[in-house]
Amino acid sequence: MSVATSKSPLEVQRTIHEILERHAGVQGALLPILHDIQDVLGFIPADSVSDIAAALNLSRAEVHGVITYYHHFRMTVPGRHIIRICRAEACQSMGAEALMVHAEKQLSCSAHQTTEDGVFTLEAAYCLGLCASSPAISINDEVYARVSTADFNALIAETRGQT
Amino acid sequence: MSTTIYVSRDSAALAVGANRVAQKILEQAKLKNIELSLVRNSSRGMFWLEPLVEISTPLGRVAFGPVTPESVASIFEQGLGEASQHPLYLGLTEDIPFLKNQERLTFARMGITDPLSLSDYEEHGGYEGLRRALTLSGTQIVQEVLDSGLRGRGGAAFPAGIKWKTVANTPSEQRYVVCNADEGDSGTFSDRMTMEGDPFMLIEGMTIAGIATGATQGYIYVRSEYPHAIATLTEAIQIAESAGFLGRNILDSEHCFSLQVRKAAGSYVCGEETAMLESIEGRRGIVRAKPPLPAVQGLFNQPTVINNVITLASVPIIMAKGAGFYKSFGVGRSLGTLPFQLAGNIKQGGLVEKAFGLSLRDLIFKFGAGSRSGRPIKAIQVGGPLGTYIPESQWDLPLDYEAYLAIGGTLGHGGIVVHDDTADMSKLARYAMEFCALESCGKCTPCRIGSTRGVEVLDKMASNQNREQQVVLLRDLCNTMTYGSLCAMGGMTPNPVLSALNHFPKDFGLV
Repeated sequence: MSVATSKSPLEVQRTIHEILERHAGVQGALLPILHDIQDVLGFIPADSVSDIAAALNLSRAEVHGVITYYHHFRMTVPGRHIIRICRAEACQSMGAEALMVHAEKQLSCSAHQTTEDGVFTLEAAYCLGLCASSPAISINDEVYARVSTADFNALIAETRGQT
Repeated sequence: MSTTIYVSRDSAALAVGANRVAQKILEQAKLKNIELSLVRNSSRGMFWLEPLVEISTPLGRVAFGPVTPESVASIFEQGLGEASQHPLYLGLTEDIPFLKNQERLTFARMGITDPLSLSDYEEHGGYEGLRRALTLSGTQIVQEVLDSGLRGRGGAAFPAGIKWKTVANTPSEQRYVVCNADEGDSGTFSDRMTMEGDPFMLIEGMTIAGIATGATQGYIYVRSEYPHAIATLTEAIQIAESAGFLGRNILDSEHCFSLQVRKAAGSYVCGEETAMLESIEGRRGIVRAKPPLPAVQGLFNQPTVINNVITLASVPIIMAKGAGFYKSFGVGRSLGTLPFQLAGNIKQGGLVEKAFGLSLRDLIFKFGAGSRSGRPIKAIQVGGPLGTYIPESQWDLPLDYEAYLAIGGTLGHGGIVVHDDTADMSKLARYAMEFCALESCGKCTPCRIGSTRGVEVLDKMASNQNREQQVVLLRDLCNTMTYGSLCAMGGMTPNPVLSALNHFPKDFGLV
């Protein structure tokens, strides 16, 4: 499932307020709130920070600090599909670095960037828990293991077809 | 008579096409008018055979694997019985040596049951531990866990019972149980398998921990990289709640315990217990100084039991079968079993639950059948990214906590990553520093700055800028990180770096 938003600014604001209301009174609600926002919109809009801060009685700096601390959260619009290539040790032992190089070439985009057409964001992951079937990647919420360069090309073609 | 076919729903099976295989099986059954029920079970943990297809026969389940969608039709063609001549036929699943030679206590149900079927769970011994715990006092439960010798399976190997006792004895209105499921170590997947494959076992273990210590609220902090585990756990919690195993008056007792899943956000250091608490509380995952210990002042400043998934998942069988049974496995002070995870460049990768004490050589060759590439094995990293690279001269040591500590290593969470002779150990050493720089929380200087300096020094060594002097500098830096860091992130990053340097100096241009 792709996530990037096509909502109007008003709809975005309404979505954020609904999420904030849903978590009202929950202890330690900041991460669940940020996850919900990113799951719906694909990213956390910079101008939502003050609303989140107000709802949780935090400073904007604290909220901004949390968003930027965690690798998972992003404040810019990602591609329609997010590809993560595991580059931890187990996958390295089975050619993850070469797979990353291949992916960068195939997508004409380097790690942590989005392709020019906005279809794919390429990221590195540090372990997907598929270490006995390396190398592993994920595309959105689906995982793939023992991925050869040919498998990668086929998955990209298939995913591109979905958009 | 209807036939039952099993196809795993574990991520590692899905990642190699288990859903497409399952779909083909249903199509074939319809086409051939065969009445069958398809069970999406947990995985046996023989990942080189996934997608594994198992068929029930009067003699037991027989297995086929690795099955592709294209090969499904031919399996049906040859008949579903146990005498199949199909090239993917593996015989009775239980007789496959990889499985047969294990000692599965915690993973006893793995690959056998439907993860979300409570009746499956109870038929296979589930909730016996909780039922017994409900007849005991909190102190008696804690004593049983103490007597079992169970030590933290997350990596630090601290006795679980002592932690529980501290929490129980700290006066407070509110106590918590937090399950650390931020399984970030490369080469480990036993937590993921447990959450996806036997979630009620973890729920039961946490409930017992709650009853033992007087905690009424639990949190499971799961990595965002594990979407399937989060979905399965969330569903399992709802099922357990509606069946009276969670919530108010558990099984009509006076005990209450509720559970929440909290999704992490991709920070490795949040696997460190105090950083995890910060994260659950809604802050940056910055490590706290200890003391106070979390058992005294933990989540929201209250006494908190923090245990890894496997530690908590080991509790139900300890309560069901008794401490004596559990500690009859293992050696020395490493009692019970450890789910070892064979990963990386290994032919038969997967989960091997064995009592402590076997050798790495047996694990890698008898279970793992050597490298997947077929090339000689050069180094084996035991215990995750902060673990030591073990050269062949040390492969015969017993796998127990103390033996590994003695060589400056760690068993960690039981992850074992195999590298063949094409591995460049200087690159792996550099990666360890790079990873530390990327994931350091930044609170203490040795870790935050030391890791970046470490990358620079290793780069200078690689390009032969005063190489001999850089080695002195690197060792000095590692010494500062080991003894000056606040937590294991900076404190143990020197393990892979120095073991690579000490055992494989050639790769660093030193002879």
